[in-house]
Amino acid sequence: MSGLAGLIVKRLGLGLLTLLIISIIIFIAMEALPGDTAQQILGQAATEENLAALREELGLNQPLPVRYLAWLTDALRGDFGISVANQREVAEQLGPRFGNTLFLAAFAAIIAVPLAITLGVLAALFRNSIYDRVSNALALVSISSPEFFLGYILVLFFAVQNQFFPPIASVTPGMDFWARVEMTFLPALTMSLVVMAYMMRMTRAAIINLLASPYIEMARLKGVPQRRVITRHALPNALAPIINVVALNLAYLITGVVLVEVVFVYPGVGQLLVDSVSKQDGPVVQACCLIFAATFILFNLIADVGSIVTNPRLRHPK
Amino acid sequence: MGTFSIVYFALLIAATAAAAYFKNRTALLLLFTLLIVSFLSGLLGGTNVLVGFTIAAGLLAAAAGVSYSFKEALIAILPPEGAKLMRTAPLTAAFGLLVILTYIVAAIFAPVIAPFGEAEVIGGAFAPPDDQMLLGGDQLGRDLFSRLIYGARNTVGVAIVTTALAFLIGTVAGLVAATMGGWVDQLLGRIVDILLAIPQLIFALLLLTIFGAGIIELTVVIAVLYSPLVFRLTRAVAGNIVVMDYIEAARLRGESTWYLVSREVLPNITAPLAAEFGLRFCFVFLAISALSFLGLGIQPPTADWGSMVRETASLISFGLVTPLIPAAAIALLTVAVNFVVDWMLYISSGLKE
Amino acid sequence: MASEKSVLLTIKDLRIEGYSDEQWIEIVHGVDLTLHRGEVMGLIGESGAGKSTIGLAAMGFTRDGCRISGGSVNFDGIDLTTATRGEKRALRGSRIAYVAQSAAASFNPAHKLFDQHSESARLHRTENWKDSREDAIELYRQLRLPNPDEIGFRYPHQVSGGQLQRAMTAMAMSCRPDLIIFDEPTTALDVTTQIEVLAAIRDIVEQFNTAALYITHDLAVVAQMADRIKVLLKGDEVEEAETVKMLSDPQEDYTKSLWAVRSFERDEKPRPPEGTTPLVSVKGVHASYGPVKVLHDVSFDIHKGRTVAVVGESGSGKSTTARVITGLLPPSEGHVEFLGTPLPRAYKDRTKDQLRQAQMIYQMADTALNPKKSIGEIIGRPAQFYGGLRGADLKKRVDQLLDQIELEPSLYYHRLPSELSGGQKQRVGIARALAAEPTFIICDEVTSALDQLVAEGILRLLDKLQKELDLAYMFITHDLATVRSIADEVVVMKEGKVVEAGGKTEMFTPPHHEYTDLLLSSVPEMDPDWLDKLLKERGGITNLGEAASSQI
Repeated sequence: MSGLAGLIVKRLGLGLLTLLIISIIIFIAMEALPGDTAQQILGQAATEENLAALREELGLNQPLPVRYLAWLTDALRGDFGISVANQREVAEQLGPRFGNTLFLAAFAAIIAVPLAITLGVLAALFRNSIYDRVSNALALVSISSPEFFLGYILVLFFAVQNQFFPPIASVTPGMDFWARVEMTFLPALTMSLVVMAYMMRMTRAAIINLLASPYIEMARLKGVPQRRVITRHALPNALAPIINVVALNLAYLITGVVLVEVVFVYPGVGQLLVDSVSKQDGPVVQACCLIFAATFILFNLIADVGSIVTNPRLRHPK
Repeated sequence: MGTFSIVYFALLIAATAAAAYFKNRTALLLLFTLLIVSFLSGLLGGTNVLVGFTIAAGLLAAAAGVSYSFKEALIAILPPEGAKLMRTAPLTAAFGLLVILTYIVAAIFAPVIAPFGEAEVIGGAFAPPDDQMLLGGDQLGRDLFSRLIYGARNTVGVAIVTTALAFLIGTVAGLVAATMGGWVDQLLGRIVDILLAIPQLIFALLLLTIFGAGIIELTVVIAVLYSPLVFRLTRAVAGNIVVMDYIEAARLRGESTWYLVSREVLPNITAPLAAEFGLRFCFVFLAISALSFLGLGIQPPTADWGSMVRETASLISFGLVTPLIPAAAIALLTVAVNFVVDWMLYISSGLKE
Repeated sequence: MASEKSVLLTIKDLRIEGYSDEQWIEIVHGVDLTLHRGEVMGLIGESGAGKSTIGLAAMGFTRDGCRISGGSVNFDGIDLTTATRGEKRALRGSRIAYVAQSAAASFNPAHKLFDQHSESARLHRTENWKDSREDAIELYRQLRLPNPDEIGFRYPHQVSGGQLQRAMTAMAMSCRPDLIIFDEPTTALDVTTQIEVLAAIRDIVEQFNTAALYITHDLAVVAQMADRIKVLLKGDEVEEAETVKMLSDPQEDYTKSLWAVRSFERDEKPRPPEGTTPLVSVKGVHASYGPVKVLHDVSFDIHKGRTVAVVGESGSGKSTTARVITGLLPPSEGHVEFLGTPLPRAYKDRTKDQLRQAQMIYQMADTALNPKKSIGEIIGRPAQFYGGLRGADLKKRVDQLLDQIELEPSLYYHRLPSELSGGQKQRVGIARALAAEPTFIICDEVTSALDQLVAEGILRLLDKLQKELDLAYMFITHDLATVRSIADEVVVMKEGKVVEAGGKTEMFTPPHHEYTDLLLSSVPEMDPDWLDKLLKERGGITNLGEAASSQI
């Protein structure tokens, strides 16, 4: 097992390193904003002394690496500084919104993952059938549509023409679980539609690739029944690609969430990020980007580790 | 249950029975599924849904018919080489080509086709459609139809320029990495890994915060962010070519890197690169539309589909389809390009064997 | 011996179509075949002859994109072209078994050998786990697998290629089938490994009196294995006869041409006088790929106008030596001299003239020619690059080169590589090397991807060119027949070391170095009794291949 463990540790280390480099990029990007934080907080009318005092207080006079380290250690403790726009703690705004975003993404994943994998496997098994062609065309249409297009279509049909669900997902803290589910159903559905299409196509491709391998032919030539060919010969080897597909698509969900949150006015991190970008609110943008990047890297990491762990060649070294 | 529903189901059942009688398995499966779905959704949503299905089916049939005529027309017009290629093209590819052609015509002749200027105020805010304004007015009273036509020029134009730029960066870097190998390859590979470790849309938002939103900034930022994917593909396909013996022979002859790249490698990877261009265009186009929709992309008063969706979004709560029209324009083009790319990939993979 | 026994498999007028370019094209045009119980029939032919397709059809199986369009396949009273899926499934694995070319790809990486071995037996004979495991161990033992008691607990990637191939034969035997289809089972193996697999297969097939279809392109192999031989060409039968008769008295021209190919042989040229400066001299070269050391102190000389054949199995370092000579892989120690002057280690540091002097011809003509360039451009580039020829002069030079390689200039100048046959492509590769006007050419397995008759033509051409232009060749090959026909000197390599070197006549006359002996004697010969004789000489099946190799 040492070879396998070594590989995983190496991969984890690489992930951490990537995250570190990205935190540097994000930090430097915000440093490049016109005017410093003190200026932004106090506005154009601020006197030099006030500015100097605030700079001293915020540690802005220190050299760049020192400030980066300070910011990073604070961020690791969950302290992302103070918003320029409304002088509130960034973490305080971010906390509940991050919860909301996770809820939405998890909801979408719960709808999308099982459906997409089932549909993808079916499409691969009935390759070139009418079912395969139709589902493939639908998937292509879904991938091609911007999230806001799907979102507004769903709103039009399920919220305006028929009042099944609310058009705006205005969840509030303390709302009970089922009310929350009802509120977030449309945004979650929008996100699952796009992600499902990707996941389905990728699953289909992976399974087709697998079914073309000589050992599947060998199993057929041994007289193994179709069902058993699938369950015993194909599935154990399909695990690695499928885990990969799922993890990569969950990472993709993170990007999609921004648009969907805006369409449905959902109080999540994505919405906050977009607002803060237009307000040029440095610390908040920093924090949001860091969270998104970390989640993204995490899922990519899971994809990699997943395919290492499920690969029989690596699991049973020579 | 209205007359419509009765006729609808009667026709569908008759068609299903006919398919069963003639033992056409494909048609039977399709019609039977449609029957079940219609029944279930009819129960839930009433006649409206069935009307929707009928319209969709009609549209689909119309699209198929038009694409078929277009395909046949192309076969008739094109020289023998092209005609032979078109004959094997699936209907979806013909449809894609037709849509792309339409968009190109709209973009080039926008001032001729559009009845009004893109920034011209014609009527009242959100004026309803009439003879003058086919699709009504937007929040400032500008003609939506004209803006839609101009959008083909602005949105698609920006997307093409951006994709081209991303391609230039990505392919050059990819070819250099594949041909030179060694530390250059390593370094470029690591940079790309980092760039791809942040979701592109998030990264774009981050960079646009610094540089502000403007067409040039937008183009450069998106091009830089999407070039790593082009790099990866170019690196991969060129990587397969670089290990070929004829490259080794050229190296051992003492040829320069420039000769290797331009004469030996590039001619062999044009097909996958062309397909990749289509695919990347879709992603870039969607990303720009998304940023515009968020108000951070192409800025007013330039007519742009993403922004148009945002500006008219509030109409959706009155049951109006206005915001869906520019959104559909985006989706339609992306679908069309994807169809054509699928076909191109199929051809290039077929030729390899 | 087989003729008195009852008929097991009858194939009548079998037609198979393949799907390409949106239409069905017939690839097997009405083949008949009759196989008796306990009989081994060799199906032989070049690539594209339809051997594997027919082999699979004998199990009622076609690959995706193929279909049986006519004729019948009758296995012991059951017509497999009309049998239901269930009926076919009941036969496969239990009464007809299959052994594939690549065992490494045909074993499922997710399961242990035992589990895959016993699958058929447990499905078809509802055997229990313990019985089938004991049976597996017994079969492994009979197939001379090392550690038969424990090897079944390993996963496929933990077992070597030759062992896997035997494990797959054992798996095919698990239900004691009436018929086994062997589809090129030893093609991917080295000669010394091949021989032990051949011996093991023949042994077990004889022991259980199993009938077999043995598919291969190697005449010498089929001569050892089959009772009868059927020759196929492009989906048609050429002829069929008993092995001895087929070898001694082939009827059809095509078969005769297959048999005749090993006739080209050239005598060793007289040695250059002592003290002549060699054209190329490899001196004490050590080289490694990253941390893996692949060459250990390799030294040999190549003289003007002579051919040095470098032989060895895969991984012996012969191609790596070529890479060191061309400068693609700079050696970690030692150097290469050209006419007494040391060459810079890396090709990038060599002068244009140094590069010009040494040219290379590759194994795979497909990957050696840029598919997007015309033949004229491919051959013209070195002449343009080194000789500075332009316009009409260049065209004249290319025409001259095309003449030299016996291709009509007006027909081939504008063609693309894809419009040429394998042998023609290889000729273009030779012309490209000649265009640089070199004194030394490295030929890396140049004939091994070609059908035998074509290969013969290439060897003759190379010999002719050597005489005309006084070229020196370094001939990398694993095929000793090629060595015998073209070499002046032979260098034998094993695990990155030179084990033996000397003149051809000397090397082919005993006594040899042990390894050379093993290598030489492991190459199958056309004599049907060759394997029996060899087994007798070596003292049985236990002293073959890996076992014998590891003792050296």
